[in-house]
Amino acid sequence: MKSLSEIDTVSKRSSRAAGYTWGIAEEVGKNIRLLEFFSLPGIKNLNAFLNNKKNIKLENLSLITEDNRANNSHYCPVIAGVNFLDQIKTLENLSKINFKDIAYPILFLPFVSRASEVLGKRILLKIDEKKFLMNFNNCIYSNFSKQEIVKTAERTSIKILENEDSFTENEWKELYKLSEETFVEENESLKNSGAGAGLTDND
Amino acid sequence: MNIPLRDPNVVMKLSRLGSFHQSRLSFLRSFLKEFKDWEYKRDLFELNEHGHGTAVFSFKKKNRVYSLICFANELNENERSDRVIATKWDTAFTLFDGVPTKLDIERLKNEVPKQEIGRLSYKELTLSRANKSVRVFNHVVESLSNGVQPDKELLAKVGYLYRTTAVYGSGKFGLADRFRIKNREEIYGPFRLEMMLVYLVRQFTFDQVNHVAKKRNPKKAVNLDPEICKSLGIGNSTGLGMAPFIVNHPTLLNNWIYAREASLKKIREIKNVAITESNLFKDCLKKSIKNITSWNTESEYQIKKIKSLLKDLNKFISFLDNEFNFNQEYPFNKLYEHLELKYEEECIEYAVSMMMEPYDNIVAPLIKEMSSEEDRYFNIPTERTVLELKTILENKYSEILKIDFKKKENNLNFWFISKNKEEPRLANRFHENGSDLEQPLAIARDIKKLYDTLSVAKNSSTIAIFLSNNNDLRHVIRRAFIVEKFPYSEIQDNTIGQEIIPIDMLRLKLSFFGALKFDPRSDKWLRICMFQGAPLPEQLKNYDEHWVYN
Repeated sequence: MKSLSEIDTVSKRSSRAAGYTWGIAEEVGKNIRLLEFFSLPGIKNLNAFLNNKKNIKLENLSLITEDNRANNSHYCPVIAGVNFLDQIKTLENLSKINFKDIAYPILFLPFVSRASEVLGKRILLKIDEKKFLMNFNNCIYSNFSKQEIVKTAERTSIKILENEDSFTENEWKELYKLSEETFVEENESLKNSGAGAGLTDND
Repeated sequence: MNIPLRDPNVVMKLSRLGSFHQSRLSFLRSFLKEFKDWEYKRDLFELNEHGHGTAVFSFKKKNRVYSLICFANELNENERSDRVIATKWDTAFTLFDGVPTKLDIERLKNEVPKQEIGRLSYKELTLSRANKSVRVFNHVVESLSNGVQPDKELLAKVGYLYRTTAVYGSGKFGLADRFRIKNREEIYGPFRLEMMLVYLVRQFTFDQVNHVAKKRNPKKAVNLDPEICKSLGIGNSTGLGMAPFIVNHPTLLNNWIYAREASLKKIREIKNVAITESNLFKDCLKKSIKNITSWNTESEYQIKKIKSLLKDLNKFISFLDNEFNFNQEYPFNKLYEHLELKYEEECIEYAVSMMMEPYDNIVAPLIKEMSSEEDRYFNIPTERTVLELKTILENKYSEILKIDFKKKENNLNFWFISKNKEEPRLANRFHENGSDLEQPLAIARDIKKLYDTLSVAKNSSTIAIFLSNNNDLRHVIRRAFIVEKFPYSEIQDNTIGQEIIPIDMLRLKLSFFGALKFDPRSDKWLRICMFQGAPLPEQLKNYDEHWVYN
């Protein structure tokens, strides 16, 4: 089994060899490490992408907007991802961000996961029919569990979720009431001997 | 009295970093302190009459066990090489997490001797190999088998029976990633498991030499005197592999240097120094002179440095004995100011190390802060502005920004990874091919380029916008935001200029390891000795923490 440290180093070097700058190659190294840590097919997709990169018409997406459509080509997942992560603070208030045609979208995913940590908000990423819930870069909940190469995504969408409870106020109250059963009712004697008893706060 | 931390523009210069010496902060000393109450055991020792075979040594505390597995193999004379291009060694080692099963040992027997081309697993923590100093080893076997102790003078001159030529950890070749073990309190200090490996290898070398002597002459042979064992360490040959490490781990570098600087600051701020403390400082300093007079090297460069250090230290000791009075306020601050005025960098840093000796209360808490969670500082704060980044560069790289990289001598070399051994190398970019594959280690040059590019960008632009057009500078933008928080994270010097002495970078790292007797074999590699004078495993329960000077 390869260690995550080896995965990081080899991904970084191979990305540099494929023409990315050292700074971006460092990002890719960390990302592939992250994907493999979450049991997602990072090496598989990076290897396929870098080996096929020269044969794909790639477009670099620099400034991310609400609606991003590649022109008769595919967005490079690395450049789109780097810029998404870099610009996440300005994208926070958009209700939904759409991307048409991203190549090898699994390589875009870790940038979104890291953005979730930067914002302190969960992010829902949909890559065609595949759904990924990014939980602050601590874990990813998904309906995609295949170790496969995903060559393109026609529609990718991102929704930044507000920090809200996943339960109703009633459910919370019910549970809270149950938790109260661990408390002891104070009688007069206990009240009189408690901390601060007998003192006046109006001094 | 508030003494400021020393200026990174002084401390982080290569000549200063290359003048660092071991101290209480050094990893091999902090390792011994941490593991002194662990149970040491030799679990397996199956060697033939030539000393070839398998052995296992362990440290245990409660449910935690670390086991060194040693494989000693036959090696032809013409195959023995300390260079990283070697493919066979006298011995190969791995530190195993727990107690290895027979199956584990069988698996590792096939992999560990292959070193870089073998495959390890998450159960193994560190990996190393070592070669005999044949002359010394044979002399010791010969003497012991004849019932006499070896020539102490010869042993003192070399200082070890074996030299390691690499110690690997942190996920290399399939070894366990650091994240698996980082929460273990006993390894909070950096390189602790690498230190454990070297320490146990040292014990293996003594047990092996005793075993071979006994097999040669069972009736007459004697064991190597424990006092002689104690005086021997483990040699190490180190090349350029270490140099990029300190550039590639900026927050870790900061934490090492910060621990040293914070110690010095606190010591300088002590108003009244107890006589026991000043005596211990002077005692260690005087005793340590023997480590310098017994320091053998053929390197003209190092001989000159040793001579200058010795001259300075004798002058400093005479000053302490005859002119300096510790019975005054803030004596260590006065001493430090005097050192800066009158002495060379090598002596200043030597004295700084010595000042720490009486102050375990100051140094020990800082040791736990010397590791780093580097990934926490990886993301670039892209909401910051061009003006803010420019200000950081002006404040944190002021010396670097003065360098003219258009001059050939300032841009002479490039760092690259060699294809045959995947090891870092340095070469002249105007003489050699390969500078198009340059590693991102020319930080000073790239910082200057970043500054020039920022100077024509809009001050109010965010870094996110700046990056969208300048991702070629991303690696140094990341560093600049790190140095803003971690002042000692960056070497404040040019790592590709004509004047660079790469062994300065190695010496910095090795001084933190706790190495003694740096012996440069060229400007690109050197030999050192580790654990020389250190207590033996069975002496650990009650040992003198100032053993380095005994």
